[in-house]
Parts: sequence; C-alpha cells; structure tokens
Amino acid sequence: MAALMAGFGLYTHAIVRRIPASLAKEALRTSEAEVDVDKARGEHDAYVEVLRTRLGLDVVDLPADESFPDCVFVEDAAVVCGDTALITRPGAESRRGETEAMKRALKALNLNVVEMTDENATLDGGDVLFTGREFFVGLSSRTNQRGAEILADAFKDYAVSTVPVLASLHLKSFCSMGGPGLIVIGSSEPAQKALKIMQQMSDHCYDKLTVPDDFAANCIYMNLPDKGHVLLHCTAEQYPESFKVFEKLKDYTLIPVSNMEKVKVDGALTCCSILINKKGSI
Amino acid sequence: MTTEVGSETEVKEKAEESADQPDQSEKATEETQEVASAEGEEKGKEKEGKGISKFLPTWLKKQKSLSQTSPTKEAALKEEAISVEKQEEEGPAPEVNGLADEVPEKEAVKSEQLKEKEEKPHSKASTDTEPAKEEKVDESVEKSPEETKETTEGQGVEEEKKEQEGEVQGEGEGGGGGEEGQTSIFQSPLRLVRKTKMKLVVCHVTLLDGTDFSCEVEKRAKGQFLFFKVCDHLNLLEKDYFGLTYKDNHEQTSCLDPMKEIKRQIRSNNWQFAFNVKFYPPDPSLLSEDITRYLLCLQLREDVASGRLPCSFVTHALLGSYTLQAEFGDYEPDQPRPVDFMSQLNFAPSQNKEMEEKILELHKSHRGMTPAQADAQFLENAKKLSMYGVDLHHAKDSEGVDIMLGVCANGLLVYKDRLRINRFAWPKILKISYKRNNFYIKIRPGETEQFESTVGFKLQNHRSAKRLWKVCVENHSFFRLNTPEPPTKPRFLTLGSKFRYSGRTQAQTRTASSLIDRPAPRFERTSSKRISRSLDGAPMISITEAGRDSAENGREHRLDDSKVKTVDVSPGDVEDTSAQQSLGASEAAVAQDHDKTQDEVLKHQASISQLKRSFMEAPPPSPPQTNQWEKRLTSSPATAVRVQQQQVVSEPHAEAAAAAAAAADFTISDTKESAKTAEVEIEETVVIQEVSKATKPALITVTTDSPASAPTDQETREPEVTVQEEVAVPKDAKAAKQESVSSESESEEEAEYHPNVSVSLSHTQIPEEKEEEDKENEDETAEQNMLAPDVSSHQAETSHPAEDISGGVVESQKEDMKKNAENEKEGRETEDSTDDLMMTPEETPNGVALSEEAVAAHVEEEPEPRINGEPRPQVICYSEPPVVKTEMVTISDTFAAQKTEIATKEVPIVHTETKTITYEAAQLDGTGDGEPGVLMTAQTITSESLCTTTTTHITKTLKGGLSETRIEKRIVITGDCDIDHDKALAQAIKEAKEQHPDMSVTRVVVHKETELAEEEED
Repeated sequence: MAALMAGFGLYTHAIVRRIPASLAKEALRTSEAEVDVDKARGEHDAYVEVLRTRLGLDVVDLPADESFPDCVFVEDAAVVCGDTALITRPGAESRRGETEAMKRALKALNLNVVEMTDENATLDGGDVLFTGREFFVGLSSRTNQRGAEILADAFKDYAVSTVPVLASLHLKSFCSMGGPGLIVIGSSEPAQKALKIMQQMSDHCYDKLTVPDDFAANCIYMNLPDKGHVLLHCTAEQYPESFKVFEKLKDYTLIPVSNMEKVKVDGALTCCSILINKKGSI
Repeated sequence: MTTEVGSETEVKEKAEESADQPDQSEKATEETQEVASAEGEEKGKEKEGKGISKFLPTWLKKQKSLSQTSPTKEAALKEEAISVEKQEEEGPAPEVNGLADEVPEKEAVKSEQLKEKEEKPHSKASTDTEPAKEEKVDESVEKSPEETKETTEGQGVEEEKKEQEGEVQGEGEGGGGGEEGQTSIFQSPLRLVRKTKMKLVVCHVTLLDGTDFSCEVEKRAKGQFLFFKVCDHLNLLEKDYFGLTYKDNHEQTSCLDPMKEIKRQIRSNNWQFAFNVKFYPPDPSLLSEDITRYLLCLQLREDVASGRLPCSFVTHALLGSYTLQAEFGDYEPDQPRPVDFMSQLNFAPSQNKEMEEKILELHKSHRGMTPAQADAQFLENAKKLSMYGVDLHHAKDSEGVDIMLGVCANGLLVYKDRLRINRFAWPKILKISYKRNNFYIKIRPGETEQFESTVGFKLQNHRSAKRLWKVCVENHSFFRLNTPEPPTKPRFLTLGSKFRYSGRTQAQTRTASSLIDRPAPRFERTSSKRISRSLDGAPMISITEAGRDSAENGREHRLDDSKVKTVDVSPGDVEDTSAQQSLGASEAAVAQDHDKTQDEVLKHQASISQLKRSFMEAPPPSPPQTNQWEKRLTSSPATAVRVQQQQVVSEPHAEAAAAAAAAADFTISDTKESAKTAEVEIEETVVIQEVSKATKPALITVTTDSPASAPTDQETREPEVTVQEEVAVPKDAKAAKQESVSSESESEEEAEYHPNVSVSLSHTQIPEEKEEEDKENEDETAEQNMLAPDVSSHQAETSHPAEDISGGVVESQKEDMKKNAENEKEGRETEDSTDDLMMTPEETPNGVALSEEAVAAHVEEEPEPRINGEPRPQVICYSEPPVVKTEMVTISDTFAAQKTEIATKEVPIVHTETKTITYEAAQLDGTGDGEPGVLMTAQTITSESLCTTTTTHITKTLKGGLSETRIEKRIVITGDCDIDHDKALAQAIKEAKEQHPDMSVTRVVVHKETELAEEEED
C-alpha cells in the first residue's frame, strides 16, 4: 500500500536553496521589475522558517551559487515522487548547472535518482503538477514533449498527460494542488482552459478552487501527521481577493507566506522548495 | 448450415466471413436469392435433417466403439448433440441473446407464436428419418473397417446425392479436410474412417496459470461452448470478466466471439486458445469470489511480468511480494538460497537482484497474510496503475503521427509514446464507427462548442480497425451500465455490424454474482505452473471424459445461470432495447443539428429533403435539448412508428428468414434487421457503395445563388440525395435491389456504434415495438396498412420543432406533402412487396412533383455511376462565407488537446456538415418551395476512364416579394483513374461564375468517394 498514492501531501523533508546576489540583475524574468535582493532573502528566510519550524520538516538548505542566479527555484531542477527523483534538464540553458547540487542532495537522501540525459529533452519542475493520482506536464517554453516522455518513463505507475501552456512561464504559474483531488486554479482564460484540458484528460474527478489571481493559485499543500491539512498561500497584502478565497477553506491550517519580491522573477511558492516524503517510502 | 437458415443479409455476411470458402458463400447467396419462401422452408427442413443426421451417427458410433458408455450418458450425449445442432439452427437467436444456452428458457416466456416457430426445429429433428439412414451407412462402415476407403467413398457418393437433394453445402465435407487430418492424431484408425461424419475437434486452451486445458468440441460449436467448458473446468462463476482469445492468421490476438462458430473465427486449423481477462474490473474488491480475484491476479502478474502493464521499480517489488505471500505463504528465513529461487520467478520485464531483494524484504512484512488477502492487496495496488485495464492499439492520428489508442472502462485514451495526449470519456462519445482502416469517433459537443465533431484515426489495416471498434463496443457495453441508469435499461447498443456485445454487463454480472450461493470453491494457488509457463509441453488434461463431464456439468451450471439471469434483464429485452435505443441515439445526434440550425430549418423546412431528415433522423433529442418536443414524442406513437418503418424495410429479410423455416426467435432476429436498416438510413451513403469497388467516383455539387438569396441547405440535402439515388436503384432493377440489400450485410466492413442513448426513450415504447413486430410476423399486410397513417402522423410529429417557430403555414404545406407521401406509399404497397424494402419515406419525393423533382430526375438518370459508387465516402466541404463553419476548428478542439489544427481531409464530415449552415429564417409562402425546380440540363460525358455528369437544377422562390433564383449544379465524375478533385472543383466554380456572372457561388460541396488500396478482410 505504501507505494501508490500513499498519503498525498505527506512530507518529511524539504530541499531549499539560498538566494544568490546575482538574482537581482541576472535572474530570468518575464517582466522588467527590479528585485531587492535583501527583501527577497528576507522573504525566503521566512518561507524556510515556516517549513522548518512551523511544519517541522527536515530542511536541506543548499548554499547559493552566484553563477546560477535562479538557483533558489529548486523546484525546476528535480521532480520527486515517492522515492524516485527525476533530475530535470531545465529549459533555460543558464539553469542547467543547477541540477548538480540538487542531484547530490537527493542522492544523499537515498532517493532513487533518475537523470534526464536526452539532449533533446527539456523539463522544468514548475511544469509538473502531481495530483496524487497522476501527472500533468505543461508543454511550455521550458518543457517539451520529450521531457514529458522521460518523466512518464521515470514514474511508470502514473498517467502522464500533457497540457499546453501558452500564456505563462510554467504550468504551475496558475495552478497547484490545494488538497487531495483539489486543484487551485487561476481565473484567467488560459488557466481555465488548461484546467478544462486537465479535467478532460483525467479519469479522476477533481474539485477546483478558483482564485482571482493566477499567481495566487500557486500554493503549497501538505498533510502532516499532527497538523492535518496545511496550506501555504499568498498574503492578503499581495493578492487580497485571492486571499479571501483561501480564507474560506475549512479545516485547513492556513499559512500566508509573502512572496512579493520573488514573484518579480516569476518565482512562485512551490518554486522554492522540493518536498520529499521519506517515511512512507519502502 | 446456418447459411441456409438466416436471412439474405445473414447469408451474405457469413459468406463474407468465410472468405476461405468463396464457392460456398457464393452458392449460398445464389440460393437464397432463388429461394421462394415455401421452397426455402422445405430446404431448411431437409438441411436440418441432414445436419442432425450428420451429427448423430457420430455420437452413436462413438458410443458403440466405446461400448461401455452407460445408457444415461448416451442419452445425455444425444441430447447434447441435438442441442448443439439446435444452437446452430437458431443462428439468429443466440446472436441476440446474451447466452445461447439460455434460449430455451427464455423462449418459454415468449409469445405463443414464437413458441410455435421455436418448436419447428424440435419436431423436425425428431421426425426426420434421415438420421437412421445415415446411421445404417455408418454401421456398415464400422463392420468392415478394412474397406475403409471404399466405404468412405461410398459415403461420399451418398452424400453427394443428398447434397443435390437438399443442397447441402456444409463446410464440413469440402472444407474441413484439414482439421480432420489434425484431429486424426487423437483418434484411432477406426475413427479416422468416420472422420467425414465426426466433427469433433480438440481445442487447446492455455489457462492463466500457464497450464493447458484440452477438450473436444463439436466442430461447429460456438465460442461460448468452449468458453463455458473452460469456466467449468476452472470452477469459475463470475465468468463475464473473462474471454478466450486466439491468434488469427496474421498472428494477431483476437477475441473469440462467443456467439459465433469457433471455426469461422479462427480460420485455421490451429485450435489453440488462451483464457484471459477480457474486462478488468475497476474495483476488484467488488468481485464476489476469491477464485475470480485469483484468476485476475494471474492475469495481472502476467501483464506486469511481460511489461504490458508498466509499473515502477517499487511497485514491481510490492506486487511481487504479494505474489510470494499468496503463493508461498509467510516468508521462511530458513529457505535455502531464497534469492536464487526468486530469480526463477518472473516478476518484471527487467528483473534484477536488487528487485528480488526488495521483494523478499517486502515479503517479510506480509507475515500472517492469507493468500486471499495477499491477492486482494495485489489487486488494490495493481488497479491504481494508470495502464490497468487499458487495451492499447497502434494507430496514427490524422496527421500520420504514431499514437496509441487505449480502450478502458472509462473511455478511449490517446497516447503518444508514453504520454496521454487526449481522452474521450464514454459519455463524450456519440458514435463509434470504423470503415476500412479508419476508426472514427463522434464527439458530443462541449459546453462551449456548438457542434459535434468527428475524430478519425488510421489503423494499420481493416482488421485492426474492426478489432478496435469491437473492443470499444464491448468495453462501453460492459462498463457503461455502471451509471445511475437502472440496470434494466442498458445503455449499450450496436448498429451496423452484426457484432454486438453479447455477454452480461458489469452491472448485470455483479447482480448475478451477488446471488452466488456456494461455499467458496477450493482451488490451488501455486507458482510452479507459472514458472513453467514459458516452457512448452504444458501438462495436458485428459480430453474426452473430463471434457464431456464438464460439459454436462456445464449444462447444469448454465441452468443455474439462467435462473440467476431472470433477475436481470432478459437478453432479448436488452437487445430490443438497444435496437430501439440505437435509433434514439443516432436520431438524438441529429436532433442536435436540428436545433443548431433551427433558423435554417425554418427557411428550408418545406424542402423535402428536410422533411426526410426530420423523418429519418428525427427526435428524441438528447438531454441538452430536452424540451416539449421530446415530451411530445415520448407520448406520441411517433417513436413506435419510426421503428415500424424500419420493420417494413426489413420485412423482406424477415420473410426470407421465415421462409428458411428455422428462424427460431423471430422477434429478435427481426429487431436486429431493423437496427441494421436503421443504420442504412442514417448512414445515408452506405447502401449502394459496396457493390463495386473498382471506380473512384467523385461528386461535386456547385450551388449558385443570386446575391440576394440565402444560402441553401445544400449540404443538408447532399447526403440525402445520395440516398435517393440508392433508393432509385432498387426501383429500377430487382437485381440492383439484391445488391443493395446484401451490401447492408457487408457492414462487417464498417460499422457504427452509438454509445450514448437518449434517455428520452421510455420503456413503454419498447413493448410497443415488440408488439408491432409480432403483428408483422403474423400479418404483414396489416402492418403495412397501419404504416401509412402512422408515417403521416410521424411526419407531423417531426415537423413540430419547425412549426413551433414558423407557424402553421408551413405545416399545411407539409401536410400536403404528407398526403402525397401517403398516396405514394399506398400506391406502392400494391406493387411487389419487395419494393417496400426500399420504401423509406425519403423516396416519396421522387414520385411527387415537388421541388426535388429535378433532383429525382437526375437520380433516375444517374443510377449507374452511383451503383459503381463506393462505401461511405469521405466528404469534404468547401464553403464560402457566410456558410463556412470550419469543421477544422471544431475538430481540432477535440482531437489531441494540444493540437491546433487537423487536416480536414482526414476527417469524414458526413455527420457534421449539416451543422455548418446558419442563416436567418426566411418567410415561406403557403407553398413553401412550392415552385418546383426546373431541371435545366442533364448531360453525361463519358470518356475512356471518366464519366462526367452535370445536372443543373434551378429553383425560383418568391421570398418577401423578392425573387430568388437558385441554381444548383451537380457534377458527378466517375472513373477508375485518379481525378484531380481540386481541378475539377475549380473548373466547376469557374464555369458557374462564367455562366452566371450576376450570381454568387454560395456553396460548394465536394463529395468524394475513393477506393482505398486496402484489402478487405473479414
């Protein structure tokens, strides 16, 4: 029982990475915004603190690497499900090197590490939505079909469906899991269209929670032993309307996490950590 | 032998099936054509007698040679022989029934008249003197075994004589030589002599544990006979999840159709089968018995080990550990060199030491688990795998990209490599069809989409397309009953192909298994067999005695089963319902069109073609359109009328069947025919096309309208015109009729299946339909008399939606037409009744001088190229604004989700084209299109390889004081060489523009029918 779809949202470990100073100027971004590195670091520290102290996860804190301005967004470097970790081949060439440190960290955690060696494949972890029952892979500027195929090969137990992502950087730029069988989705047209595709492709029925702001739809769900449903989501300051939607969730431990600076370089909440469950694995 | 018994359609179909016996099939067809009803009956009798005579001595002799057989056993054997024979005689009935063996039971409930018919075969069997005669011959053979050869020859002569008398052409004598040779291996020389009479074949069935089960079956036995034997051997009650497969001539694994003769399916002398899971239960914990779960486990272990069911390392290990627990019990630390032992077991395609160690490690953790629990855990994990229960088929999408189509309980999945790129849930699919190597699904429009769309896939060949279609039909049938719908109202149905899912649905089988009341059967779980599975020469279980015993047991079991079954829907009902529902479904599908094009309908509703549409494809609207119309329909006789209509169409079939005298279950076979005919009506172009495949006709229609005019419903009309043409042909020549009839039966080549049934059909209508059919059987004239008024009322009914909008003016016009139709119809009825075969309402306009006259004239002038026409065409529509509705967009939306475009060429738009028209409604005066169109020209130019026919049809309409002239030009190019359609089209448009510079081309419809190089099989 342990292997398939064991307690969705149950995590014991988290991998995070520090913010390099180069983030301010060199990190890739879709907008022209100026990033205050100190503010960003402050945010990130708070984020890590929530994971470590508030939620009690074992946090593996990787040092920043100035040569990889985007290295804080660890999610893109690997996809972990069960005890298998797929080291990705990020779509942005400047980020390919980020996977090295990630690979070491994952191996150190005794995970079954699979590497994406095909030079035609690209995959950003930000395009991978694992629902607990299946994978959706966004085909975006960063992720291609081949990358998705390799992911499907690495996680054979699960269906892997592809979803075109046209209007945003990543699939998870407008959606994420808000609970078992609950997809949090932005209200923009591309987001809703993508949701429709996901629903059509799936044998399972998903509930949806629509939030006014696409970016606010990126949140982190966990189901922890003595804490129940936990949701890390946007702050009222950042997305007041979406915040209200989250506030209505019952039986959740809601933890607003500020993400004002990182969002300027397209960093969402899920981007900044890789969550791992070591306990349930066999 | 069955060939004799069935209707023409059947005969042809069977002939088609038995491509390896072309002579026979030809003969059969010929014969059937000649057969007058009385004659046919006689023949049927003779045949039957002969058939039994052929069969009985076999058994008698055998008993003699065994000589130890107890009398009771002898009787039992005889009985069985007869019943087997009977099964065959009843050809049509079992086709429709869930289980042929339940026929007698079921019949008891049937109407008297049916019973009478039923009894015929019995009485014949008992009164016939031929068996005795035969027996004598056989005895003499036995007496002088040394003279084997001579006697055999003599026998042969005798047989020949009989053949002349009774026109016997059982495949046995001629075609069966090969099998006999094979069978002889298992028989004594003495029995070799009787070979010509004996039709026993040894079947080898590979079971799920890798062992081989062998048993003898009568050579003509149906698939289910063998299947039940295997189930009995396995002591399996929940058998509906399982099935037999065989390797066909192309090394492809096919399912053995339980309703068809084994021999006709395997088409080789290799009576080798495999027992497999056919439907993977989505939740195995709902199975009633552990033995069923065990068998499912065995299948899944094989699936996993072979890589058919992919899973991760961890899952492999976990499943393997449960397997160990189930087969060996608790982990034994003392077991010598456990890892070596492990490597003998096959758990995964890429098994390694690491995995084996992991398996052992996990095995330790299962301590105390019973085998049944371990199996259950195994299944709990296996069922979550994404490919669990997905039956994959190689295909190409419309752009030629390699994909896989996966059929499963929930619907149809589209994979590219490992990735799922689309999914069509069963409720989304309106129709499944195949044609040659193409496989099509018609998709229900989504909330935001306006139109249905059809998605086409290319399979490797015709066989694979058909196989995929069958799998879809079966899976849908089996699993879709899993809806809130009451189980008494099954939602499956088939059209077209003879094939339909004949077993119980999952819901039914669940009900049935909930009634299983027996102590859990003991069975042995062991992996030793599994280990040896790869080895040849699996243990062979004694054939004869065991086999026969199990057969007897089988009877009993089956009785039990049928008792259980009375709880469920009677199979006949199921079938009736489906026939009815299938109509509903297809009609519903089109009903949507109606709604969509309401305005357009308004404008053109007076056009006969529209009327025809209404009639043919009419109502029960699918749920989205639920409205008063539907209510009216359900409360009116309209639905029944529609069915009647089809009955009339199918009547000659029925006659033929009756003539053949052995039609055991009339209602049902009739219904089947109805369904088939329904398909023909819906699939407008189906009928004629198959007659000749040598030509490549192309039909280009150019409609020119004056600028002021609205677009016509040319597209709507287009397919119907084709129908008219088809209809016209049989009128002209009887021979042509025969052809067109037989082409129906060739539906094996293509078929449709409407998975979604309009809920609007109420139950009450179904008995009604049955009644009608019974009546028809009794007295067809009465039936026909009833028909005419009914037709009219139906027409009135179908015109409602239009009336609702346009008011009574149109109605009156319609009434006129109705009357015409009636008159026409009644007039025809006095003619040869075979004409009624084609007397579908769409024909009436042909005789009535209305606006379609010109077209009709054209039709009558041009039957030739159409006869040479080709099966269901690919239709390409080029439309100019404002008519353009771009199928491309519609389709692309529903194909691979991420695809942005699909080549229109690849997609048959036959069913979507009518949706393309949206236009404001026009006021029609009292006579509607009343001004008859004028046929301006009809010229035919024939060159060496091309035949070009141009028909110009001008219609003038007074529209709100404005005169509108519509010129419709139809160009039919027929030829067996390549036609540059684009060029022809361009030419046509150019000419139209030149001839009428002041008019605009509003619509161009290209209707292309091409013969593909693909060979036809099956």
